[in-house]
Amino acid sequence: MLDTARDIGTPEGIELSLRLAGPVPRALAWAVDAAIRGGILIVLAIAVSWLNRFGVAIMLLASFLLEWLYPVWFEVRRGGATPGKRAMGLTVLNDDGTPVRWAASLTRNLLRALDFLPVFYFLGFLSMVMNRDFKRLGDLAANTLVVYREAPPSLAGVPTATPVAPPLALSTPEQRSIIDFAERSERLTPERAAELAELVPALTGTLRGAAAVSRLAGIANHLLGRR
Amino acid sequence: MKQTAFEARYAEDIARFERWLDAREAKRGAPPAGEPGLADSEVPAAYRRLCQLLALARDRSYGGELVGRLNALVLRGHHLLYGARGGRSARWLRFVAAEFPRLVRAEWKLVAACALMFFGPIAALMVALRVEPDFIYYILDPGTVAQFEEMYAPGNPRLGLRESDDDLLMFAFYIWNNVKIGFQTFATGLAFGLGTAFYLLFNGVIIGAVAGYLTASGFAVPFWSFVSGHSAMELTAIVLSGAAGLKLGAALIAPGGRSRKAALVLAAGPAVRIMYGAALMFLVAAFIEGFWSPMALEPRLKYLVGGVMWLATLLYFALAGRGRGL
Repeated sequence: MLDTARDIGTPEGIELSLRLAGPVPRALAWAVDAAIRGGILIVLAIAVSWLNRFGVAIMLLASFLLEWLYPVWFEVRRGGATPGKRAMGLTVLNDDGTPVRWAASLTRNLLRALDFLPVFYFLGFLSMVMNRDFKRLGDLAANTLVVYREAPPSLAGVPTATPVAPPLALSTPEQRSIIDFAERSERLTPERAAELAELVPALTGTLRGAAAVSRLAGIANHLLGRR
Repeated sequence: MKQTAFEARYAEDIARFERWLDAREAKRGAPPAGEPGLADSEVPAAYRRLCQLLALARDRSYGGELVGRLNALVLRGHHLLYGARGGRSARWLRFVAAEFPRLVRAEWKLVAACALMFFGPIAALMVALRVEPDFIYYILDPGTVAQFEEMYAPGNPRLGLRESDDDLLMFAFYIWNNVKIGFQTFATGLAFGLGTAFYLLFNGVIIGAVAGYLTASGFAVPFWSFVSGHSAMELTAIVLSGAAGLKLGAALIAPGGRSRKAALVLAAGPAVRIMYGAALMFLVAAFIEGFWSPMALEPRLKYLVGGVMWLATLLYFALAGRGRGL
């Protein structure tokens, strides 16, 4: 399937699916972090302005820490996400799906200095669009991924309907499609749901609109084994 | 087995594991009273069971939401079970006493290459400017040169500082500026080593020009008694940052029997550990530079301390961690 899911093998011999984050959400996350860092510096500058040179010293140290260690600390100690990444629902993981530790996080964040060149993460962007995992150079060296933190799946499930046996035998992928459609049908607009349901006249016959949708829901209930 | 029957049959297993995850992630330790929880000793078995359920659900093409939910639970379990391996990563004493000098010795060829790129221009320019001091104006603009002259003016009670500066401010500035130079030297090494070479040569030229000019124009004593104390730590740290950067670049240029990506990942491990050490050295150097170096003491004392620092640094990298003790 052509999508941004990435499967990783685990020692238990199964595969976990991760959804990779592309350049746009990551740039937005960076912008949120930049705003936070800028905000902290401004507040700090006001707070220490009466200290004169001592204040300048504090500002220099703070800007050093914020520039280099802010992302590292959040990625290692706060569940793989800076506040910006958290806001965008992103998290940083090792290639094998485990949380990042100091070495990997430092590697990817020190190499920001290169990714940023020549202006505004141009190299990092080039690198991201040129490999299948959306890795910037720092991610390549540190073996890390930026993925979406999975939203807890809604447990709406397939809406209950009177089970209807399908008029013909369905292959496994076909069954899967019907069930997936039924799960999503309540989140679609009625018009779109009807449009999709009418694509399979072999199952819905002459039914149109909402009737076709509920017929597919009935078939899905049958496939799930509801009585 | 149909999905509904599957869900009904394993709902309790799944829910119990999810409760354990919730409790563990919230660091509350034990699950809330009244709910049947999993003891930690039961978790590996329960986790493997969940993995099996996920594999079954996928293989039988159950609904995407069930599979997604199982996938999310297994992922959280995977994080908790495998995330904490390696123990505490910061065994500082062992790192400083043995591992860091060993890493540096293992990369001695890269260190030597970087030392050549950095100290080469310094030496060359010091010789050139001794012959022809005005050559500095090809490298630095007159305003900058005048600043340096003010900093090292022989009557200045505090060396290396303009009148408006003070120790703590300069300490903070050295951290902010020098560590940044080190990190840039390291990071740009990934560009096939070119960035590292540029920063080493560039900084070597600037430092060599300033040192040569000041030595040749009568500022020798204040200049050398300022820089001697911290030069060992600071210049060595720059060279080591360069070596770590070149290690990344070398992995891309000559990956050996691996793919370039695999070679890079393999090289990044030791490279970033060298950077831990280099950052530590920059920190120490900034302390010395901020608080010791500006003191206008007897120059011979300052030179002595500088010589001892150089000797200690070289001996440290040559000898530390050779025994089997650590």
